[in-house]
Amino acid sequence: MNDIVSQDILDTKLASVDSITQGLGSIGYIASRRIATAIFVAQNLTKPILVEGSAGVGKTELALSTAQWLGLPLIRMQCYEGLDESKALYEWKYGKQLLYTQILKDKMGDTLSDTKSLGESMDRLHDFGDLFFSEQFLEPRPLLKALRQKHGAVLLIDEVDKSDEEFEAFLLEILSAYQVSIPEIGTIKATVPPLVFLTSNNMREMGDALKRRCLHLYIPLPDAKLEQRIVASRVPDIEEKLRRQLVAFVQILREEDLKKLPSISETIDWARVLLLLHADSLESDMIRDTLNVLLKFEQDIAAVERGIPELTRKAKQA
Amino acid sequence: MQETLENFLRALRSMEVRVSPAEAIDAHCTVDSVGYGDRTLLKDALCVALAKTEEEVERFDDCFEMFFARDEFRDCDDESSMDEISDADSDLIEEQPLAEMLLGGSETEMAQAMEQAANDAGVANIRFSTQRGLFTRRILDRMGLRDLESLIANLKRAEGSDAAEMAERLEDGRRYLFDEVRQYIDRQFELYARSAGEELRAEFLAKTNLSAIERRDFERMHRMVRRMAKKLATRYNRRRKHTKRGVLDVRRTLRRNMAHDGIPFETLWKQTKIERPRIVVIVDVSQSVAAAARFLLLFLYSLNEVIAKLRSFAFSSHLIEVSDILNTKTVEEAVPEILEKIGFRSTDYGRAFADFEENAMDALDRHTTVIILGDGRSNDTDPRMDLMRQIHDRSKSVIWLNPEPEPFWGTGDSEMHRYRTFCHVAKTCSTIQDLERVIDDVMKSYFRA
Repeated sequence: MNDIVSQDILDTKLASVDSITQGLGSIGYIASRRIATAIFVAQNLTKPILVEGSAGVGKTELALSTAQWLGLPLIRMQCYEGLDESKALYEWKYGKQLLYTQILKDKMGDTLSDTKSLGESMDRLHDFGDLFFSEQFLEPRPLLKALRQKHGAVLLIDEVDKSDEEFEAFLLEILSAYQVSIPEIGTIKATVPPLVFLTSNNMREMGDALKRRCLHLYIPLPDAKLEQRIVASRVPDIEEKLRRQLVAFVQILREEDLKKLPSISETIDWARVLLLLHADSLESDMIRDTLNVLLKFEQDIAAVERGIPELTRKAKQA
Repeated sequence: MQETLENFLRALRSMEVRVSPAEAIDAHCTVDSVGYGDRTLLKDALCVALAKTEEEVERFDDCFEMFFARDEFRDCDDESSMDEISDADSDLIEEQPLAEMLLGGSETEMAQAMEQAANDAGVANIRFSTQRGLFTRRILDRMGLRDLESLIANLKRAEGSDAAEMAERLEDGRRYLFDEVRQYIDRQFELYARSAGEELRAEFLAKTNLSAIERRDFERMHRMVRRMAKKLATRYNRRRKHTKRGVLDVRRTLRRNMAHDGIPFETLWKQTKIERPRIVVIVDVSQSVAAAARFLLLFLYSLNEVIAKLRSFAFSSHLIEVSDILNTKTVEEAVPEILEKIGFRSTDYGRAFADFEENAMDALDRHTTVIILGDGRSNDTDPRMDLMRQIHDRSKSVIWLNPEPEPFWGTGDSEMHRYRTFCHVAKTCSTIQDLERVIDDVMKSYFRA
């Protein structure tokens, strides 16, 4: 795991929007002003951030980078349909409980042998307490883990829109009070509230109750300038000329009517591919061969393929 | 400063950015931690805390710019009127603050005084455009217009060229002030009251008969219908589980009770999964429903945007599948294109059903709900009841929404009374409100089943 960070260092790191932008930039995440402000406000108000945006604009990456930069452990929970609290929060360790029962059976005779009446043995049993449902038998799942981190953590609840609505309701307690209630044990409160990111692809509209408890951050597709900086930071070996051209090309592609517009992650992948192929400027043939890195649908590729020379020309001019 | 923020929140609400009291508290805390000093920071921070959807972010940005566009007074070009007040002048104007400000004050000072007066007058409560005059008057009164007027009157009556000149200058100043306040009120009206009119209009539209809705409301309708479709879809567009009473789920019960050495303290019951609705929509766009056709397509378009598995068909005499058009085109293009391709011809339900059988009958199974939007007037052609029966038998449910009121069903060339036999639900639906209610009912019964 990561080094343990003291609260002071965290506070200095998150002291201002500029320091957040710089900090994230230092590990290769180019954050727009709004993104940095969101983290700043989240830290100050102790609130989770709901990050929305189309696939591949760096929602998950934001959480990963933040954790890396702050040196906090990242606890990630991937949501899917049918996810329930036994997978998200805690589960009892059945095997251990079973084993314990066996031992208890053997020991029972010894312990109770010197008691005289039934009442007395019952009393003695009560003294043992409710051991079955104690913390020893609790298997913590991501949410509980995040609450129990002594020095704070970054909790990433990924693709929360894929989970059921019931689950969303269940998240509310954690998100607003940073605590969970386990019926058999009681309420467990976070020692240090984790920094929570929820990401959503807008598969469905999130409930108002959830939205109300979160800050909302929408990450749009970047403009050419920002995208160039991102590519430069992620693929540092690429030459400036090629970088400018390929970003311009992707920007032009985004104007077309495509099923799935290429997002930042696709641009970065493409830049890596071009680097591998030792390209030094955009050529129609090369684009044609590598188009499947950018576009993920057959129809999109077919639609773009015809216009490649034209698009390349435009990209070179830009 | 707290009042400023409160007013801003109110302006946001009127721009249809929903701000709950809890979020208002968040906003205050946010301002506490970022302060008013850095404008961009303030904007970004408040945006993150208050705007909760992509559209709201846009509206927030607009509102922020409009609200915090400080009300600078125009520079008064006429230098003379803004000169320092000479001693002689100050004798004449008898220490009236408003007059002094008009003659010698700075723009900022004026703006501040005006805002102060505006706050006192409760401008944030403005609702209708007819109130603008009233509020202008109130602000001017609070700024001391009455004193100013009597002063001007006095000066006019007084002897001497000095006094006359002063009266003229003050009158210029008054005109200038009047213009400024007027503009200020207009801006405030934009800010606080625009949505009130919008809501009124929307409410009216919801109750208007579909065939009577005018073209210029198309855009507004689209927004409303879209919101409605989205609401319906989020409520129903998901898989659900439903506990079957009395049927034990042995596997899960055993697992859950392992801790109790297999003694079933906790029992778990079998569940049925309720799948997402699979919907097929057939829309009549023929001559007889011409007035409503545009709207029905609009509804179809919005539904298509929010429901994952939707196949849609349109017909007048022939029937074509329009799913592709709806998927790929924008609403402004899609609706006219469909109408041009197939719309406004004479109706032939029999023929349309025959086409449907040929192309899409296979798509119907026991999970599918068929929604038919049309008047059931078939120009005395063969209504093909056999096909309608087939549709009914194959699908989970058939819902017919008819823009005509029920007493008209079966009159003239309407075959509605016969078709309704094969519908699980047949209802009149002539306004948006109807449509929303009916669809909601339908979905509810669908999920209870």
